[in-house]
Amino acid sequence: MEKKLPKIEINEKYCKGCHICVEFCPTRVLEMRGFTAAVKNLEACIACMQCELRCPDFAVTVTG
Amino acid sequence: MSNRVAFLQGNEACAHGAIYAGCRFFAGYPITPSTEVAEVMAKELPRVGGAFMQMEDEIAAMAAVIGASLTGTKVLTATSGPGFSLKQENIGYACITEVPCVIVNVMRGGPSTGMPTGPSQSDVMQARWGTHGDHPAICLVPASVQELFTETVRAFNLAEKYRTPVTVMPDEIVGHMRERIVFPEPGELEVIDRTGPTVGPDEYKPYDTRFGDVPPLASFGSGYRFHVTGLNKAEDGFPTTRAEIVQAEEERQLRKIENAVDDIVTFEEYLLDDAEVAVVAFGSIARSARYAVNQARKAGIRAGLFRIITYWPFPERQIRALSERVRAVITPEMNLGMTVHEVRRCVEGRAPVSGIFRVDGEPIGPGAIFAAIREVR
Amino acid sequence: MGFDYDKYIRPGKLPHIWCPGCGHGIVMKGLIRAIDALELDKNKTAIVSGIGCASRLPGYMDFCTLHTTHGRAVAFATGIKMARPEMNVICVGGDGDGVAIGGNHFIHACRRNIDMTYLIMNNNIYGMTGGQFSPTTPYGAKASTTPYGNPDPPFDIAKLAIGAGATFVARGTAFHAAQIDKLLAEAMRHKGFSVVEILDSCPTTYGRRNRFKSVVEMMNQLKDMAVPVTAADKMPAEQLRGKVLTGILYKESKPEYVEEYRKLVERVRAEG
Ligand SMILES: Cc1ncc(C[n+]2csc(CCOP(=O)(O)OP(=O)(O)O)c2C)c(N)n1
Ligand code: SF4
Ligand code: SF4
Ligand code: SF4
Repeated sequence: MEKKLPKIEINEKYCKGCHICVEFCPTRVLEMRGFTAAVKNLEACIACMQCELRCPDFAVTVTG
Repeated sequence: MSNRVAFLQGNEACAHGAIYAGCRFFAGYPITPSTEVAEVMAKELPRVGGAFMQMEDEIAAMAAVIGASLTGTKVLTATSGPGFSLKQENIGYACITEVPCVIVNVMRGGPSTGMPTGPSQSDVMQARWGTHGDHPAICLVPASVQELFTETVRAFNLAEKYRTPVTVMPDEIVGHMRERIVFPEPGELEVIDRTGPTVGPDEYKPYDTRFGDVPPLASFGSGYRFHVTGLNKAEDGFPTTRAEIVQAEEERQLRKIENAVDDIVTFEEYLLDDAEVAVVAFGSIARSARYAVNQARKAGIRAGLFRIITYWPFPERQIRALSERVRAVITPEMNLGMTVHEVRRCVEGRAPVSGIFRVDGEPIGPGAIFAAIREVR
Repeated sequence: MGFDYDKYIRPGKLPHIWCPGCGHGIVMKGLIRAIDALELDKNKTAIVSGIGCASRLPGYMDFCTLHTTHGRAVAFATGIKMARPEMNVICVGGDGDGVAIGGNHFIHACRRNIDMTYLIMNNNIYGMTGGQFSPTTPYGAKASTTPYGNPDPPFDIAKLAIGAGATFVARGTAFHAAQIDKLLAEAMRHKGFSVVEILDSCPTTYGRRNRFKSVVEMMNQLKDMAVPVTAADKMPAEQLRGKVLTGILYKESKPEYVEEYRKLVERVRAEG
């Protein structure tokens, strides 16, 4: 059975490019693309929510 | 009814006036010569279901009354000289946020600790310009115990009607003198309550000029959610730096008082109709001045008294008109010359204006004023 | 999953004004989750702040909000609580706001044990005015007004609160984001004056001057520094050097001020 992946939304209008979500993701799902965070490797996401919790700018939402 | 008549100290009458006006929250910090106001409030407020707080300092007291007022409660704080200085930043906050509150400042000698138990009238400029920035000011200067009661009631009315802080400033003599007072019956004096919003919470804005220069203020906890800030703000209450809004809002705040001077400014004219010498005085010194005017009349000098009751806004129009009729103006005051400058500004050179200034802790007696009347005549 | 912050944020107010990596945003999210957990009525909740970057928080929040003067939030809030005891009152602000200029109000609110929660976002600096040292700037640290290192010893806010009589004191960090709402919710449930200090990051005015390469490094420091109070007992003293304890540091039950005053009113009125 295929694993159901979470959905990670990054609001580019809110993201200020602080790197926090990228650096503290335990499975390195995210990366910086230019000045904003982006999803690089969704398959690795364990839905721990740390990126959403720690984003100071209300820019990350993890659902699913 | 015998219990309607009492022999009271000015400060006590002030506190009773506040209760009569519907004040239900007091926060203060003890300081001579105003402490009796707090003492009576501490006793009376629980009896009417209100709350009294002695705060850690005057800054906190001013802050607490503003906070309480935002819940729709009528609020009072009382202080003197140094404490009045400490309150100034938050008085400015009440000005810009347009939160009704009444501040009693019983004037003592200064600057600094000065003469804690000595009378003074040297805070009148602080009442106008004490806090930074442009802002309107209303300041009432009663001259008797009865008037300290009624002017305190009026202060609450003006605060609520114009959404503004109002200062009541008896000098120490008026604050501490004991006189007969007749308590007004409930309903005898007008008591104005805050007008709440006429629109629902979704439409409400705390500075909505559709409702005129004094927009209705909603209460925290009543179903209206809004933001209050000391930053320059737009009519929705949120901070703005947009030049035209900042300018318009500051101008409106001055205009709301300037356009209402006929409603706010009060004074008493005594024997001025035919006067050639006018004495302009207020507070306890106006009592000496009245005596001196009577003396002068007996001596055949046509003297009269203009007693300031509302110090701010200053009774400009009335003093200007007066200066067109009299030959000289005298301003006795317990400071080194404050009212005299305001009077000169209004007189605009039409008559000589001289002052009697005293800051040694002694009142200016009728003799000194009578002598001055004789001299300028 | 995926918390809906929009429910509590005033429409159109985001993005906020805080700098990239400023921890204040993380703390605000924690506050929102705590309010959500307690299902506080927006119309019966006042959020009061002083002046500073942290104190801009209430402007974003869809509640009865009051942005006051520097250091005076707790005093304004005291008036609200006394006049409307049924309201939930939350104060927020920075370390400078809370324990420098506002220190006197802070200790007296602790002493009275008035029922409200005070959230202090401690970034060890005056952020808004460009990085002058605050009463919590570490000894020796650089600030714009300590160009040769800070000669002042710092306050321990939690100890100050406990000493002054606060009946609930907790500490967390912006790094430990998931704990912030838990601490705040506990604080708000507590009857009396509760203090929650969140160690926070100001990369702009503190981080740069103190050789943090990025906010990530600041977050790592918070991570390394924090020791849960529950674990500290079993740790030897040398292991605790340079660490700060986090979690609920103090809790006791004492008469609450507003309730006591209401009792006094009832007694006076009964006596006539
Ligand atoms: C009476 C007064 N003094 C000084 C200031 C200037 N001032 C504004 S914010 C601030 C310090 C803010 O630091 P903090 O409370 O730690 O909050 P942060 O900005 O770091 O979040 C100062 C000194 C002021 N606004 N009012
Ligand atoms: S939810 Fe956890 S694992 Fe998934 S991206 Fe965010 S931090 Fe990484
Ligand atoms: S934590 Fe938020 S603001 Fe920072 S990079 Fe990630 S998405 Fe952007
Ligand atoms: S200056 Fe510091 S405290 Fe202020 S917003 Fe920027 S990072 Fe935050």
